Amino acid sequence: MITESKNGKTSESKRRKERLDRGIKARADTIFALTSYREALYLLFPRALVVVGMLLVPLVLDTYWTKVVVITCVIGILALSWDFIASAGMFSLGQALFFGLGGYIAGILNHYLGWPPVMTIPVAAVAGGICSALLLLPVLRLRGIYFAMVTFILPLIGAKIIEATGLLGGIAGLSALTPLPNLWVAVYLIIIALIVCLFGFRRVMDTDYGLVLKGMMDNDQAVMASSINIYWYKAQTLFMAASAAAFAGAFMTHYYRFVGIPVFAMDYTILPVASTVVGGVGGFAGAVLGSFILVPLCEALRAIGSWRIVFYSFLMVLFVVVMPEGIFHYMARKYHQFERWVTTE
Amino acid sequence: MIGMIIYGLVNSAVFVLMAIGFSLTFGISGIANFAYGAFYITGAYVCWHLFNSLGLYYPIAIALAVLASGLLGTLVYRYLLFRIRGISLSEVIATFGLGIGMLELYRSIGLTGHSYKLSVFVEGAVEVFGVYVDYQRLIILGLGVFLLILLWAFTHHTRIGLAFRGIAQDEQTALCFGIETENISVLSFAIGSALAGLAAITIMPLSLLAVEEGGNVLILVLAVGIVGGLESTLGVVVASLIFGFSQIIMATYFSPHYSMIVTLAAIVVILAVKPSGLFGKFKELEERV
Amino acid sequence: MGNAYILEVKNVTKDFGGVRALHDVSFCLREGEFLGVIGPNGSGKSTLVNSITGFVKPTSGSVVFRGKDITGKRPYTISRLGIGRTFQMAKAYHHLPAFKNVIIPLCSKRVGTFKGGRYGERDDIALDLLEEVGFERDSSIPYKLANSLPHGYLKRLELARCLALRSEIVILDELFSGMSMSEVASTLPIVEKLKTEGRTVIMIEHRLKELFRVVNKIVVLNFGMKIAEGSPEEVMEREAVRSAYLGSEE
Repeated sequence: MITESKNGKTSESKRRKERLDRGIKARADTIFALTSYREALYLLFPRALVVVGMLLVPLVLDTYWTKVVVITCVIGILALSWDFIASAGMFSLGQALFFGLGGYIAGILNHYLGWPPVMTIPVAAVAGGICSALLLLPVLRLRGIYFAMVTFILPLIGAKIIEATGLLGGIAGLSALTPLPNLWVAVYLIIIALIVCLFGFRRVMDTDYGLVLKGMMDNDQAVMASSINIYWYKAQTLFMAASAAAFAGAFMTHYYRFVGIPVFAMDYTILPVASTVVGGVGGFAGAVLGSFILVPLCEALRAIGSWRIVFYSFLMVLFVVVMPEGIFHYMARKYHQFERWVTTE
Repeated sequence: MIGMIIYGLVNSAVFVLMAIGFSLTFGISGIANFAYGAFYITGAYVCWHLFNSLGLYYPIAIALAVLASGLLGTLVYRYLLFRIRGISLSEVIATFGLGIGMLELYRSIGLTGHSYKLSVFVEGAVEVFGVYVDYQRLIILGLGVFLLILLWAFTHHTRIGLAFRGIAQDEQTALCFGIETENISVLSFAIGSALAGLAAITIMPLSLLAVEEGGNVLILVLAVGIVGGLESTLGVVVASLIFGFSQIIMATYFSPHYSMIVTLAAIVVILAVKPSGLFGKFKELEERV
Repeated sequence: MGNAYILEVKNVTKDFGGVRALHDVSFCLREGEFLGVIGPNGSGKSTLVNSITGFVKPTSGSVVFRGKDITGKRPYTISRLGIGRTFQMAKAYHHLPAFKNVIIPLCSKRVGTFKGGRYGERDDIALDLLEEVGFERDSSIPYKLANSLPHGYLKRLELARCLALRSEIVILDELFSGMSMSEVASTLPIVEKLKTEGRTVIMIEHRLKELFRVVNKIVVLNFGMKIAEGSPEEVMEREAVRSAYLGSEE
């Protein structure tokens, strides 16, 4: 008798791998019936591990790797932002737009008006979010690859305009901006931001509001027939996601004390997408996990120069084709399920 | 003035050559090949190596390079895209990642610099209405027109061509009529890739062979496809004419920087205002909106 | 209040790139009326529904709801004003459990129970609605993912989502197609209940027997044109209708 196991291999055997959910889920995936501290701990453990782990990480690392953690968190936030709008059915190839807008707004406020980072970063996050949502407002009705194309092109336009007009420092960019007080402030600021985004976005998706977003991804016509203005919801989603990314951009502006055309570079688009794909699309934990795998790995590969882009691009393609669920969902499944071999007839 | 018209026409033919492969693949298999720029560059590099490293006779090198591009497309479809057909997000990520990866790979192994230049097919220039135009540009113009006619004849008067159109209209119905949609999709992807290679080999002699061209070509191709209406051949021609002439005009009267901005802005404006493109049909509108 | 129509469809024409899907269709509906729309496949029934609910914009003509022109308005605006619909091809949110499918319309401003809560009362309302359309509350069916439900359940899920909006006009687009006989039998009372509640219903249907039990007016479409209108009995007497439906005698 031929049986097909879950990984798609067909083998002639009388055994089959059976997967059983641990008995903690009751009825639906959002209604839990916790009956003991042990079960509570079972759910709490992975979440606490992430938070505590991230907060402790800078304490044990040297300066160089602490800096790597900063970059990782920035990419992590961009990845979260990508995953968030993806869970509302919008596929962006332009995280660099949100990132760059935030960076430039912070840079302008600091360079021309002399605002301190304490003010520029929050203002840039909000203003960046609003600008991004407004820029994409006319194309919100586009779906799939067409939306992706627009988001892919907008950061290029931004870079070209600055290059052509020489405004905002032109190719040279704005430099000698106010730095953040020290590396400790920087690393904890960005780590906390990452944690807030991670759990914040998860929380939003768990509410009924998030349900509407998931519905838009599945079937936007049915959402419209439910008298819900999907464009308004999409604009709000974009605002939230773009604010997070713009925050990261503004942070980087002050962290590097510089903002220039590189903020619109491909790196800030493709690395977050690659991270999310490797970690697992949907559910946000995958995005963070992916960036914590990819970015340090790339950093270790920095010696080989531009090969690292080759490396993560191909890795992303590999994951999309071979392991589309991503590492996180694979791990989560292992954590939540028993596996055992059973014999079949 | 006459010079501008002639160069505008040639430039438009460049756009047609570039975009026709992308448009064909998208129109038939529904795959937006974001690795198109990388395929384009690949064709040129293969040709360069066949000619300069292996010392093959130039026409043979060209033929082999075009075949190699087609083969590359077939392999990519067979081993990557085949497994994720229909999931548009995955298709975009896979082709996009593949394109960037390939281009960066070329950069990493040092395929840059002044030594990389494809030679023109025929040396020399000729005077047309008082303007000197080199033969290569005339070849581009001729090839562009020839390919358009060929494509039209192919899709309207051959069995495979009709199958192509059938699938473009409704894949499932085509399947019911015994058209093997998977084979046709492979074929359309392979032909699209081969056309990318051919376009590169024809156009690249006008400038240096550079990795950066890959990204630019992708953007221009998207621009032509979107403005004209993807999968509409007439749209490709009209959009190519628009971009071909506007680029020449912009470069003559303003800075060349602006021609790229205009191109990019045109994509966004068209998508915002008339998502089906200038010549798109209703079906596409349904898919885009 | 003599001529207070709740819905007026005036000379609606719709072209799809050279193909005329609807040609100059007009009819009026009073509050509480139950209209059946019949016609062969491809006669423009679904296009008519899409034109009324804003999913396609008519090429010409107008749709008036309670004296207000709603032609070409966005689908969510029309739905918010009080015209609810189901889709011929059940459009479920496949990655969500069935009862969460029903929560989405409950989140709309029209229903106005938005609380953003996770354990809010919306879950209960959704389960009630699903029970009404035959999802056994104590079974696991309302909690199953929509993509694992059989087609008949998806159609009833569609109905539940439409009922959740408590629309004044309910448009049912081939609700019974793809349902088994027993499913039709158990769904028909829900439709009849809409009638006794006095709601205005437009029902597009191929199952004439069931349709004629509930409707008090019929509109017949063929090739995008209205070929008959009237009570079920008088419509079926007409030669044109018979030939469109059954083929002419020759």
